Amino acid sequence: MLESNKDSAKLDAMKRIVGMIAKGKNASELFPAVVKNVASKNIEIKKLVYVYLVRYAEEQQDLALLSISTFQRALKDPNQLIRASALRVLSSIRVPIIVPIMMLAIKEASADLSPYVRKNAAHAIQKLYSLDPEQKEMLIEVIEKLLKDKSTLVAGSVVMAFEEVCPDRIDLIHKNYRKLCNLLVDVEEWGQVVIIHMLTRYARTQFVSPWKEDDGLEDNEKNFYESDDEQKEKTDHKKKPYTMDPDHRLLIRNTKPLLQSRNAAVVMAVAQLYWHISPKSEVGIISKSLVRLLRSNREVQYIVLQNIATMSIQRKGMFEPYLKSFYVRSTDPTMIKTLKLEILTNLANEANISTLLREFQTYVKSQDKQFAAATIQTIGRCATNISEVTDTCLNGLVCLLSNRDEIVVAESVVVIKKLLQMQPVQHGEIIKHMAKLLDSITVPVARASILWLIGENCERVPKIAPDVLRKMAKSFTSEDDLVKLQILNLGAKLYLTNSKQTKLLTQYILNLGKYDQNYDIRDRTRFIRQLIVPNEKSGALSKYAKKIFLAQKPAPLLESPFKDRDHFQLGTLSHTLNTKATGYLELSNWPEVAPDPSVRNVEVIELAKEWTPAGKAKKENSAKKFYSESEEEEDSSDSSSDSESESESASGEQEEEGDSSEDSSEDTSSEHRSDSESASEVGDKRTAKKNSKSKGKSYSEDGEKENEKSKTSDSSSTDSSSEEESSSDSESVSESESEPESRKVAKENEKKKTKQDRNPLTKDVSLLDLDDFNPVSTPVALPTPALSPSLIADLEGLNLSTCSSVISVSTPVFVPVKTHVLLHRMSGRGLAAHYFFPRQPCIFGDKMVSVQITLNNTTDQKIENIHIGEKKLPMGMQMHVFNPIESLEPEGSITVSMGIDFCDSTQTASFQLCTKDDCFSVNIQPPVGELLLPVAMSEKDFKKEQGMLTGMNETSTVIIAAPQNFTPSVILQKVVNVANVGVVPSGQDNIHRFAAKTVHSGSLMLVTVELKEGSTAQLIINTERTVIGSVLLRELKPVLSQG
Amino acid sequence: MIHSLFLINSSGDIFLEKHWKSVVSRSVCDYFFEAQERATEAENVPPVIPTPHHYLLSVYRHKIFFVAVIQTEVPPLFVIEFLHRVVDTFQDYFGVCSEPVIKDNVVVVYEVLEEMLDNGFPLATESNILKELIKPPTILRTVVNTITGSTNVGDQLPTGQLSVVPWRRTGVKYTNNEAYFDVIEEIDAIIDKSGSTITAEIQGVIDACVKLTGMPDLTLSFMNPRLLDDVSFHPCVRFKRWESERILSFIPPDGNFRLLSYHVSAQNLVAIPVYVKHSISFRDSSSLGRFEITVGPKQTMGKTIEGVIVTSQMPKGVLNMSLTPSQGTHTFDPVTKMLSWDVGKINPQKLPSLKGTMSLQAGASKPDENPTINLQFKIQQLAISGLKVNRLDMYGEKYKPFKGIKYMTKAGKFQVRT
Repeated sequence: MLESNKDSAKLDAMKRIVGMIAKGKNASELFPAVVKNVASKNIEIKKLVYVYLVRYAEEQQDLALLSISTFQRALKDPNQLIRASALRVLSSIRVPIIVPIMMLAIKEASADLSPYVRKNAAHAIQKLYSLDPEQKEMLIEVIEKLLKDKSTLVAGSVVMAFEEVCPDRIDLIHKNYRKLCNLLVDVEEWGQVVIIHMLTRYARTQFVSPWKEDDGLEDNEKNFYESDDEQKEKTDHKKKPYTMDPDHRLLIRNTKPLLQSRNAAVVMAVAQLYWHISPKSEVGIISKSLVRLLRSNREVQYIVLQNIATMSIQRKGMFEPYLKSFYVRSTDPTMIKTLKLEILTNLANEANISTLLREFQTYVKSQDKQFAAATIQTIGRCATNISEVTDTCLNGLVCLLSNRDEIVVAESVVVIKKLLQMQPVQHGEIIKHMAKLLDSITVPVARASILWLIGENCERVPKIAPDVLRKMAKSFTSEDDLVKLQILNLGAKLYLTNSKQTKLLTQYILNLGKYDQNYDIRDRTRFIRQLIVPNEKSGALSKYAKKIFLAQKPAPLLESPFKDRDHFQLGTLSHTLNTKATGYLELSNWPEVAPDPSVRNVEVIELAKEWTPAGKAKKENSAKKFYSESEEEEDSSDSSSDSESESESASGEQEEEGDSSEDSSEDTSSEHRSDSESASEVGDKRTAKKNSKSKGKSYSEDGEKENEKSKTSDSSSTDSSSEEESSSDSESVSESESEPESRKVAKENEKKKTKQDRNPLTKDVSLLDLDDFNPVSTPVALPTPALSPSLIADLEGLNLSTCSSVISVSTPVFVPVKTHVLLHRMSGRGLAAHYFFPRQPCIFGDKMVSVQITLNNTTDQKIENIHIGEKKLPMGMQMHVFNPIESLEPEGSITVSMGIDFCDSTQTASFQLCTKDDCFSVNIQPPVGELLLPVAMSEKDFKKEQGMLTGMNETSTVIIAAPQNFTPSVILQKVVNVANVGVVPSGQDNIHRFAAKTVHSGSLMLVTVELKEGSTAQLIINTERTVIGSVLLRELKPVLSQG
Repeated sequence: MIHSLFLINSSGDIFLEKHWKSVVSRSVCDYFFEAQERATEAENVPPVIPTPHHYLLSVYRHKIFFVAVIQTEVPPLFVIEFLHRVVDTFQDYFGVCSEPVIKDNVVVVYEVLEEMLDNGFPLATESNILKELIKPPTILRTVVNTITGSTNVGDQLPTGQLSVVPWRRTGVKYTNNEAYFDVIEEIDAIIDKSGSTITAEIQGVIDACVKLTGMPDLTLSFMNPRLLDDVSFHPCVRFKRWESERILSFIPPDGNFRLLSYHVSAQNLVAIPVYVKHSISFRDSSSLGRFEITVGPKQTMGKTIEGVIVTSQMPKGVLNMSLTPSQGTHTFDPVTKMLSWDVGKINPQKLPSLKGTMSLQAGASKPDENPTINLQFKIQQLAISGLKVNRLDMYGEKYKPFKGIKYMTKAGKFQVRT
């Protein structure tokens, strides 16, 4: 049928073959016929052929090669689904000969436009690795590249590949750590599990332990079991103030929402992450979620209960509130019952033991005898753990001795034996009772236990013991081996303590034992005889026989079988099995000293966000990040900033330059990726031909950018211009890597950029960008001092270099303390007001300049109700007034801040400052320098911008001054005193550059001071707002030329 | 990760196998059979079985063992959760998940499995996406396929896979736009002999059936969201909105899905809507025992209790029972010793009861524990925790959808110890 022309016949045939495969029947002889159909047009036939190929290719390698060319063709198919499936099948065919082909395919696919294909590439990496481990190095390269991928689709798969191929290359993670943390919520659930497990290991190697700070807390919790590990850890670490690494915190915080996942594996993964890396005080939140999982299927319950069991040993407190959730139901499978019992035991304490014991009583009566026996053991453990109830337990157990069920009785005997052994108190009654039981009990272990107990306590029950021995001697031959051994022991002990009564009996038993079938028993007999029966030959040992036999025996410790499991990472297979599974990776101990945290400093933004305590921007961000379409813009803008900073920081480190340009371009989604990449990747492994081709394409596409804006590519149809922006950003970054052939693109970008620059505030997206870049410049209200000085410097440095295209506001270099008089106390009838410009972005509005007004009451009476009255503002000007001040004490002063939008003009803002009784007209005229906000940008960008602001937009003047006034520091000081500008790092000593933007319109204001020979200098100002430019020039000139 | 999957029926036949990496011989299942024998009951087969070279992780559902073979360390819940997802998908595709159905649809099963897992790592597990990749078989489609020769396989990549809303496909169209939400609460309780509650908790879910055109953005708010102690969401729910405003805001998947499951903790007092009066006694000497149970309503807030089924696992010593119910029907299986009584509705005026005698094995001693009674029931139009949906709003689309909310209370694991 496979030869048939009709698709339907072929399909039918293939279906039958797949049916055979499914049943496990061998269908390999059909291989040649099937392979022919690999090129079939019918997708379903094709798929089934794929299924067949994957199954049998390994066995028929030569024939399988025939199909390879089809896949190679399919890899170039325009349909991403076909590309992906071709890659999948190609990599699934385990034929060593095609390794190079696979390698090539993977490399190509890892740069594919479709994240779906890239995801498949990540999967293919693992397949290739298992086929040929020698490719490891090459594959790591691909992994490294894919790790930088921003798509949530890819993240999970590539981390999986990472875990499989090179789990020890933790250095690959550094740069992606924060990204992974932030993307985590949006990754598909399976990826989440893998990533969380990987990050747990990562955190354990990179951060210092957060556990020591709450030692005190923990002590209370470990009543009965002291966990050795922690003890050790405690002593290891010297006490010192601990502050958690912000990245550490980031991970813990970002995983928290995942506790709410519907996927049990994710919840468990987060739980183990919390357990292993979060401060002890925070672990508590996982218990609720874990308890919720108990509602799920039996298998899930089993695993979760095991993990809870381990946790509950170390920290009872965590699960105590949920005690009742662990109550056993009669319908639970036995293994679940035993696990629940285990947990109940661990949770038992003085407070709840009475309820628990009542509950246990029900369990003991259970029809499931295995479970009943386990319960008895549990009671025993509770009895030893909690001394208050030992007697109660013992009594209860004794009652059970009269139970009708043999297993229950036997188990009770064994447990009682253990309990009695632990308590050297007189329990003669119980022993007597048990001796009576010997007649009825048949379970060997129990009989042996009773005999042992009697032997051990033979001096306390002198009357019964010989009698028991007599009975046992009678039935010796029919006893179980275990019992026989104990009879011998009992005999020996009695012989030593009470030889008058039992001498003959013992000898009789010893004789019986001598001819027993079991060699153990014969052995024991011989040994005992030599030891206790005095004769010539017996040496010194027999003197000590009594000491040997009746030595004080240490009581057995009844402890949880889960005690030793804690060295396995929770939630792992190894933990479940309590043995090391293949491929298990140990969770390393916390490092003593944290490795350099700066390795993760790719995205400065994140770090800075961490530090701003209010974290307002951050919150918003993550809130939005939690998917939804409208937020895609946000995401992409985010990614753009990420990519930028990434590449930027890399450009500092020369050797990574190529890399970073690559990834910055890769980060931006959709079509543009390939463009920018090909532009920057000149001289890459790719063939020259291809390169030039795609380059050409990129040009043309860039030309068509405007068009594209409207008809965006299908995969990112929802993207808006923010996408454009981000792509252009990253392109210009790779640009700045100085690649002459893409100048044109740069021009394009520049134009667009400046367009954006002119009104960056009109767009939400760019606004957000600014926010992202400048956590430092957030309103004064936020205590920036949290930033260590070095960090600020760091940030600033980075900021200065990051501003390739987006104008980002930086912190003011200098804040002059000069205050201006608003209202003199004489004219204000005792109310004085001064104002000054704090040079902070205004919190009331983006276009406003913030002004701080200090009000002083110089009278000896209260001034009440200070507020702003009528405003006389020029057109367009706006003002955000301060809240009325109820009263100002005599000699008191108060500082309020307000915002004024001066519309980039030096016009005066007049308004009335009113008190309860009076109104005073006042006005504020801003110095032109205060209408600016400093901007951080690189020299390159500065020049670029300057190049576009020539002609009309340029004003210049020559300054003559003494040479000592032209030292860099003096110039800097003078300039920033006059105007709120940012410093642009300069390559030349004689040129100083400053950049700012106007507050209202956001136009750039570029100031250049070029030192000439002699004592002259040229001052150049480039700006679109020529009026302000010239005013600034006028103001700067005298200042600079002054001595 | 997952190397192979074997499907084993209750009689121990492997009726389907699928390998994602190199082929693992089916002889590996011998270890599983060994464990199965040891466990005697299917329920007791350990979910994780180590063998010298592999690890077998199994899930038992619908009388079928799904055994996954893995070779290296992997979070066991990962595999187990995935296997459950596989079963759910099958159920979604074929309506039921049973051996004959799987055998009949082996090709679809294979195709689905192929899409769900690549190299042992889950690829697409959202049923919405899978259904676009491989269309579920319906009678109509089978007929059409045989005539036209078209296929079950979708030829386009589901857009969801790539979009930001991976659970919803684009371009959904309905003539009637409807959104139904079922608030279903289950009471898990253990009642002791004297009728006092040992533990009681309420587990609730909100299942939704949303058939709305386009990309609707829904918000659902509760009158009393504080009741919810612990919640877990479908990935579509915006977590932050919930955190800050206690509002469920989401773009729903198309069709049926579970929006939310929640937990009302044991700390809150749970109203127990039924009581069971029982008197079960075995006498030591005689071979007859007396058996009587009565079921009655309690705290039902005026609603009727329906669908009451009483089951009880009798002790081994019970040979047979001769009982007469005042309403409904009862059965006793002498082999499994399972008594089940289908009561139906409870009429408060005339309480249903089941009376009679048990014949015990002669000579056997009296069982030392009375059997526990398991109860099932349903109460329509009542959420026992008192949870109420306040309103449902839709944004993003212009039409007016038809909205419906239904409440129901059911017994979960409701046990009465006697």
